[in-house]
Amino acid sequence: MAGLVIAHGINKRFSSGVEALRGVDLSIERGQFVSIVGPSGCGKSTFLRLVAGLDEPTAGTLTVDGRTPKDARREQLDLAFIFQDATLLPWRSVARNVGLPLELRGQTDADRVRQVIDMVGLADFADAYPAQLSGGMRMRASIARALTTNPELLLLDEPFGALDEITRQRLNEELLRLWQEDRWTGLFITHNVYEAVFLSQRVLVMSARPGQLIADITIPFDHPRDPDLRSTPEFVQLAETISHQLGEAGT
Amino acid sequence: MGNLRELTINALPPLLFFALVLCTWHGAVVLFEIKPFMLPSPLQVASAVGANLPRLLSATALTATGALLGFTLSFAFGFLVSLIFSQSRIIERSLYPYAIFLQTVPIVAVAPLIVLWIGYGLKGVVAVSFIISLFPVIANTTTGLTRVDPNLLDLFALNNASRWQVLFKLRVPGAVPHMLTGARISSGLSVIGAIVGEFFAGYGTEDYGLGYIIINSSQKIQTDYLFACILFCTLLGLGIFTLVGTLSNFMLKRWTGTPE
Repeated sequence: MAGLVIAHGINKRFSSGVEALRGVDLSIERGQFVSIVGPSGCGKSTFLRLVAGLDEPTAGTLTVDGRTPKDARREQLDLAFIFQDATLLPWRSVARNVGLPLELRGQTDADRVRQVIDMVGLADFADAYPAQLSGGMRMRASIARALTTNPELLLLDEPFGALDEITRQRLNEELLRLWQEDRWTGLFITHNVYEAVFLSQRVLVMSARPGQLIADITIPFDHPRDPDLRSTPEFVQLAETISHQLGEAGT
Repeated sequence: MGNLRELTINALPPLLFFALVLCTWHGAVVLFEIKPFMLPSPLQVASAVGANLPRLLSATALTATGALLGFTLSFAFGFLVSLIFSQSRIIERSLYPYAIFLQTVPIVAVAPLIVLWIGYGLKGVVAVSFIISLFPVIANTTTGLTRVDPNLLDLFALNNASRWQVLFKLRVPGAVPHMLTGARISSGLSVIGAIVGEFFAGYGTEDYGLGYIIINSSQKIQTDYLFACILFCTLLGLGIFTLVGTLSNFMLKRWTGTPE
């Protein structure tokens, strides 16, 4: 089966001369949830931006659904991106923020907007403004906004990095539930190994800059996964193994 | 009750200080036998206000009209200029230095020229007020329109937003706080502009603003009347600044949905 996202020998060098990525090869199947873990500044977010078509690789080929990322996006392959910050418009209520992607496509669908707001548990806050919400709630709104258009490919750039541990775990569980319901293709960037193992079917480890993929680990746990999975010995051992590889990658 | 108490605590000290200044002023005038044309006593100023009240009020209304027209024009025109600046770096780079030039040129020096070109009367006054209050609108609005969170720009790009959607759904609403800051600064300047304009553009007829009376009363050494004018200029400036300030606070609260 051909991958939805296929990367071949991707290099990225910025105009400043910094080499961010070197020879990245990977293939992500439709409906798969894949995480990339790596030390900070290793280029994993840069890779995500390339997949989103927000930036171009210096060398190599990258295709999304058989086309360049930009073409895929322009020809209505629905792709959504979740940023490290919630990136909400402060002058719009939650509902109007969540409806933004539809609005920019010239559509309105109040039912869908309400549905995704319900899905992330913000039903009582549809009319609230971002300034009135906690960090975790803002991120829920951001997730709802990404899901509004029923994306085929969801790119997540360390979305929970700025949240406290309890909120992070709860949002991990919610994200997992959302994925289990709809099975979009997910590419998740994080430096948190536990989060990556809990969410993903596959974890890729990236080295320090210039980023290269140094390990590709299949996560064997079945879906639906239970929050308690995180305290099983198998989970902990797998996470430790990956942490170890990550530790070597950082040096 | 709590509000009244708070008001008393906040308002009492400055009011007491004001009373103290008035008493000292009056005392000094009496004690040192200062000539009224040098420094009239507060009572003389008050009686000048009383004697000329209708004229002062109509002059204030006229100056306010000039200032508000100048301010409105500068806000509308400044907003348009900023929209163009935000769409083209080349235009911004080539014209922005002249916007700064507009700010640094001493308005008192060019006002006679403006009056010569535009003509006497209200339109000359509005022109001077417009020019002096234009720059803060352009500077602040341009900053607001161009300094956008790069993630938000990416978000719009990812949703294939058009240039117009980026402008009117992201840049313009995002610039609202900056625009309001510009408006507050401009509103104060527009009053100064109107008064300076009236120095030169006087009215020649029965209608004239505070700036004209200031020139006139100082030439005739009617110092008590001059003081009355200064008082009304201050009140006008304070009034417009408070009006625009309150309005912009209200809009800012609506903008982020922050409750009172």
